[in-house]
Amino acid sequence: MDGLTFRAAPFSLTSEVKQMVNFNWLQVIDFLPELFTGLYYTLLISVIGLIIGFVLGGIFGLGRIANNKLIKSISAIYVEVIRGTPVLVQAIWIYFALPLIIGFEIESIIAGVIVIALNSGAYIAEIVRGAVQSIDKGQMEAGRSLGLNHGQTMRYIIWPQAFKRMIPPLGNQFIISIKDTSLLSVILVPELIFQGRLIAANHFNAVEIYTTVAVFYLAITLTLSFVLRIIERRLDI
Amino acid sequence: MIQVKGLYKNFGKTEVLKGINCEIQPSEVVCVIGPSGSGKSTFLRCLNMLESITSGEVIVDGNNLNDSNTDINMVRTEVGMVFQQFNLFPHKKVIENLMLAPQKVRNISRQDARERAEKLLAKVGLGDKAEQYPQQLSGGQQQRVAIARALAMEPKMMLFDEPTSALDPELVGEVLEVMKQLAKEGMTMFVVTHEMGFAREVGDRVLFMDNGVIVEEGKPDQLFSNPQSDRTKEFLNKIL
Ligand SMILES: Nc1ncnc2c1ncn2[C@@H]1O[C@H](COP(=O)(O)OP(=O)(O)OP(=O)(O)O)[C@@H](O)[C@H]1O
Ligand SMILES: [Mg+2]
Repeated sequence: MDGLTFRAAPFSLTSEVKQMVNFNWLQVIDFLPELFTGLYYTLLISVIGLIIGFVLGGIFGLGRIANNKLIKSISAIYVEVIRGTPVLVQAIWIYFALPLIIGFEIESIIAGVIVIALNSGAYIAEIVRGAVQSIDKGQMEAGRSLGLNHGQTMRYIIWPQAFKRMIPPLGNQFIISIKDTSLLSVILVPELIFQGRLIAANHFNAVEIYTTVAVFYLAITLTLSFVLRIIERRLDI
Repeated sequence: MIQVKGLYKNFGKTEVLKGINCEIQPSEVVCVIGPSGSGKSTFLRCLNMLESITSGEVIVDGNNLNDSNTDINMVRTEVGMVFQQFNLFPHKKVIENLMLAPQKVRNISRQDARERAEKLLAKVGLGDKAEQYPQQLSGGQQQRVAIARALAMEPKMMLFDEPTSALDPELVGEVLEVMKQLAKEGMTMFVVTHEMGFAREVGDRVLFMDNGVIVEEGKPDQLFSNPQSDRTKEFLNKIL
């Protein structure tokens, strides 16, 4: 992979330092438009994928604790299949295999969103289930004893408390999913690392470009961590 | 107001209630005593269907709880419940704890719910705590809020499951005081308790339960000072 080919093999510390200085960091500026395009797709797919994933996670998380056996089994199968297979395999399967079954192609960006949504959905389902189950069962009993029905008790009493507990693990999952989008480069999603590889292959500036790409990812995840920390502090979690 | 006939309750294979018969009249205060594990809580929870009934008949305010046509949520609006562990809603302010169910179940306006809640908080001596969160209150105060929360639905009767057992001794009195007041106003009450003083003073009738059955019942004075059954005597000797 071109990412691992250094231009010169460093043989002493001083020459390594010289080497660093020799890299042309300024020329990264020329490639910023492409990198920002990649950043755009990384964020786009992360945001849409996670929003859908959150909805899926809510549905299947509650499905796993439903009384209905069928709903319970479907939810469990979904979670186990997704958790038991690598994201990379899911991406390749949906982009290259699924079209052969359904008979039409899926655009890579759409496929990318599907992968992130399905994948994060399964993990979020587990987060939702854990958070809801962690709420003392006296809360449900108190709600029901006041005459609220099951749905009302879930909505007004269990869910708000569970949601608060979900925030730290959800933040963690968001960060994981954002990083997972980098795997979508294999199904030709024009996200950050895909753009990076394109540039580096043509201009032999792997160190500069891949370092910049890494910094971009770090910037996204650190910003998210920071925002989450503020939310957690506000909500006193 | 409540009629129980031949009530049985199993948890899996274990029989917890083994044929309970009991009737509670309007405005009556019935206290239930008995050793741990005798089925007191299970019995009480069958009265508002927090536990399903295995067999027998429970009729609450004219509604047969076994009948699948009975709207259990409707019945529960008439049966307030107070738990040992308070079970207040920690994410809601004290006043919101009282306002939620009347608004969502009884469909009264926010304004009316607030007025009703303020009145009830004043009644349990917590008018100044409306805007606090439950965790900011002492156990005794929390339990008084829990009583007020149940009363906000304007129930016809109240169930109490060891309402003072989780409290420090010095906080027990304030909760019992509120319950006494309630009894004086004519509320129908079913109280599982270890507070023999309360049972004696406020109770119209005391039931002694052991091993899933009502072993003995009677007026408090009579049951405490002149118990008929050996099991009752043994139990009272242990705790008095
Ligand atoms: N959900 C449950 N599943 C299985 N067994 C249960 C359940 N709830 C209660 N039991 C059992 O039923 C029996 C009666 O319990 P219950 O809570 O009614 O007793 P209690 O008289 O209220 O006791 P305590 O004074 O300790 O509160 C106990 O043996 C208990 O272990
Ligand atoms: Mg009990």
